[in-house]
Amino acid sequence: MCCLTPSVKVTTDIDSLRSEIRDKSVRVIDVRREGDYKQDHIPNSVNLPLATLLSDDSPERVLKLVNSLGIDDETPVVVYDDTFGALASRVAWTLEWIGHSDVTLLETTYGNWKSLGLETDSLTPEISNKEHSMNLQSDILATSDYLESAKLRDDVILIDNRERLNYLEQHIPGAVSLPYRTLASADGILRPKEDMKRLFDNRGISGDSEIITYCGSVGTLSGLAYYALKSTGASNAKLYVRSFKEWKNLEKPTDKQEDANYWDLSAE
Amino acid sequence: MSISKLTPSSSDSAKPKINWARIDEADNFANTVKLYRQGKYDEDSFRRFRLQHGAYGTRMTSDYAMVRVKLPAGEIYPKQFETLSRLSEQYSIGSAHFSTRENIQLHWVVLEDVSEIFRSLAEVGLTSREACGNSVRNVMCSPLSGVCSDEKFDSTPYALATAKFFLRNPMAQSLPRKFKFNFTCCEKHGMVRMVDVGLIPEIQQINGSEQKGFKIFLGGGLGNRSFIGHQLEDFTPEEDLLYTSIAVMRIFDRLGDRKNLARNRMRYLVNDMGWEKFQNLVLKERAIVRATQSVVTKLKVDTTPDKITRPLKISDESGSSVPDGYARWLKTNTMKQKQSDYRSVFITLEAGDITSNQLNSMATLIREFSSEGKARSGFVQNVALRYVHEDDLVKLYSKLLETGLAKSGGLTMTTPVGCSGTTSCNLALTNSHRLAKEIQRKFLELKLDEDDDLTDSSIKISGCPNSCAQHGIATIGFFGGGGRLGKDMYPNYQMSLGGRFDADTTLGQTCLRVPAKRVIPVILKIIEMFKENKQSGDTLKSWIHRIVNDSEDSNIKSIGDIKKVLEPLVVPPTKEDDPDFYLDYGSDTSYHTKTGKGECAA
Repeated sequence: MCCLTPSVKVTTDIDSLRSEIRDKSVRVIDVRREGDYKQDHIPNSVNLPLATLLSDDSPERVLKLVNSLGIDDETPVVVYDDTFGALASRVAWTLEWIGHSDVTLLETTYGNWKSLGLETDSLTPEISNKEHSMNLQSDILATSDYLESAKLRDDVILIDNRERLNYLEQHIPGAVSLPYRTLASADGILRPKEDMKRLFDNRGISGDSEIITYCGSVGTLSGLAYYALKSTGASNAKLYVRSFKEWKNLEKPTDKQEDANYWDLSAE
Repeated sequence: MSISKLTPSSSDSAKPKINWARIDEADNFANTVKLYRQGKYDEDSFRRFRLQHGAYGTRMTSDYAMVRVKLPAGEIYPKQFETLSRLSEQYSIGSAHFSTRENIQLHWVVLEDVSEIFRSLAEVGLTSREACGNSVRNVMCSPLSGVCSDEKFDSTPYALATAKFFLRNPMAQSLPRKFKFNFTCCEKHGMVRMVDVGLIPEIQQINGSEQKGFKIFLGGGLGNRSFIGHQLEDFTPEEDLLYTSIAVMRIFDRLGDRKNLARNRMRYLVNDMGWEKFQNLVLKERAIVRATQSVVTKLKVDTTPDKITRPLKISDESGSSVPDGYARWLKTNTMKQKQSDYRSVFITLEAGDITSNQLNSMATLIREFSSEGKARSGFVQNVALRYVHEDDLVKLYSKLLETGLAKSGGLTMTTPVGCSGTTSCNLALTNSHRLAKEIQRKFLELKLDEDDDLTDSSIKISGCPNSCAQHGIATIGFFGGGGRLGKDMYPNYQMSLGGRFDADTTLGQTCLRVPAKRVIPVILKIIEMFKENKQSGDTLKSWIHRIVNDSEDSNIKSIGDIKKVLEPLVVPPTKEDDPDFYLDYGSDTSYHTKTGKGECAA
């Protein structure tokens, strides 16, 4: 794959989503907990709590869920959460993984949507099942075995999206630290494209490398980073979806910052 | 419709008068880091460049920097707090750190991200330029300037003008060593005798009219060797403030030692030359400066008074109850201002650390409670919220409780100063930072902040013999080192007693070495000795002062007597008997001293 791939649209802005909702040309997925969804949500959105997805995220199960949400291969999907886009990213990435190509993130969080006074609803829409095909995109997934061998190559960049203190304490050898908060702008879940590009460029994270992201346990924070990379045109990003939790359970090697009591500098 | 247009703005808050930033420095820094990583910039030149821009090295690694953001005269505005909150989450460890020199520091920043921080700082008018390196460091001003009942006039505008004049000024880019100005309000609250140039506002009657000016002290400073500053002359009129500053810096620039890094602060020059000779040189040089500077070279002192408007309260406060701990907090954290009905409230932090959430809350607290619409950083790693109306104090205290900022004892001995120590500094030998927190937690638990005898004393802890925590002027001061019993090393501190930083500025006298894990019992023992021997009206500070001046006639007459009582407490146990003794605070591995290269001198 080549660095000249044009950057992909990874977010949908508020105005576009509102008109798509009016046209009924979009499936909106709310990934918050069921209780929160029932209280209120973006009109016509369907609920897929992240926990429901994670309870079994095998391709077959995901396909069933996608079908039950009335999504076929052609349905444009927009995902939102109230957790700075990280949970929405994990769901969006899973859709991409089973082969759905038209999925984006709402540019902002539900909390912000509400505080802007935009329309909400408490009705659950009637959805009829659809048939989505299965076209597994294995090249956006990194397993621990894959990661272990890929790490040995010079052109692979490994990114840790947990908070800085966690990284200093323990990380996968060779990973660079890019805390998930760095990816957001003051009011959007992701920085504007030029801003994001500059950040990556300063760090030497370039679109023509293979880039693997990971975080603490289930690939949410690193899912957001996956979309941040995509937004700048990186065409070969992968998510190590089982992340550091699995890496540690497998007792693979880790690194740490030695000889400094950085935790004591934290005010928590 | 873009999001930003819809977000409620807080444009009603006070805006900084001076923009300290230059956005092009962000791009320049980013490009220079790239060149450095490509090997096109040698280590030494890069380090000088980095320090000139306020990015300091980090313990045992070249991957991270500490960004020291200057708050000239200590002033900080709500928007600036919000930006620092965001930056601490994005690029640092989720918290920031107030220094003893009115800087706020972001630690463990990836070197490649530093330019991103500069970019955001520039949006709110802040800079870290010349916060490190051989330049004029942050110009300090007493957090009480403008509200202190003992001051002759408010020196804040002069501090700001001095900072503005020297920032990026070619004459201050390559001094032999760092150079520091401290302005104060009065003798009592100042730290003017332990700095290169210290200034106290003064008014004289000249030909029947009032003339503003300063008492200027030169050549003081704390460090491996500390010296107390000398007063230049009785009175320096305000027109001569800039000429004097330039004259002093020119002499330092010309004659200062550029070779011996350990002895190149101006205080060594003054000491080597002798005060009278130095004083003469300054006065002569000033005459030359005055005669040769262009008329346009002057300080731009903006004395327009700040707008004082009590923020409107929307909610109904009738019937709100007084929370527990309010009286204690009111007594130990607030001071009456010279303006009636107003108080200055000091927010106590633990060794200067503040979370990103708390930084955000500070912005809200200023908007809701400070009638001047900004805050001031203090001398002891704290923040002062000034112009809080007496009627709003209970409400403010309740808000502080919600955000974990309501710790009492802010103006007492229970809030020790602790430098960053082994949490991030290359030079540190001990975790002074954590020790300061441990002492604070223990002493608040013992309610020592409520003891009037201890209010005017201070505890200051540095992690090495350099004096970032200013231990030399503490009532009880400590600096870190390693101790040894046989083969086993343990964290140890040299303790000094009787330092002070008021009109009778004195450096503490060495007492004895105290192992880290014995510091708390030793301080408590000193307090016990004091209680047994004190006279009526005594405070711990006045009692120790008599002892170090050989004018005490109770059982404890000298530092030696104190040492004798304490000695049994500091005997090291064997490692088998007490393994914990051999661990530093915050560490679960065997203690050993390990340091890297310091960057105070570049």
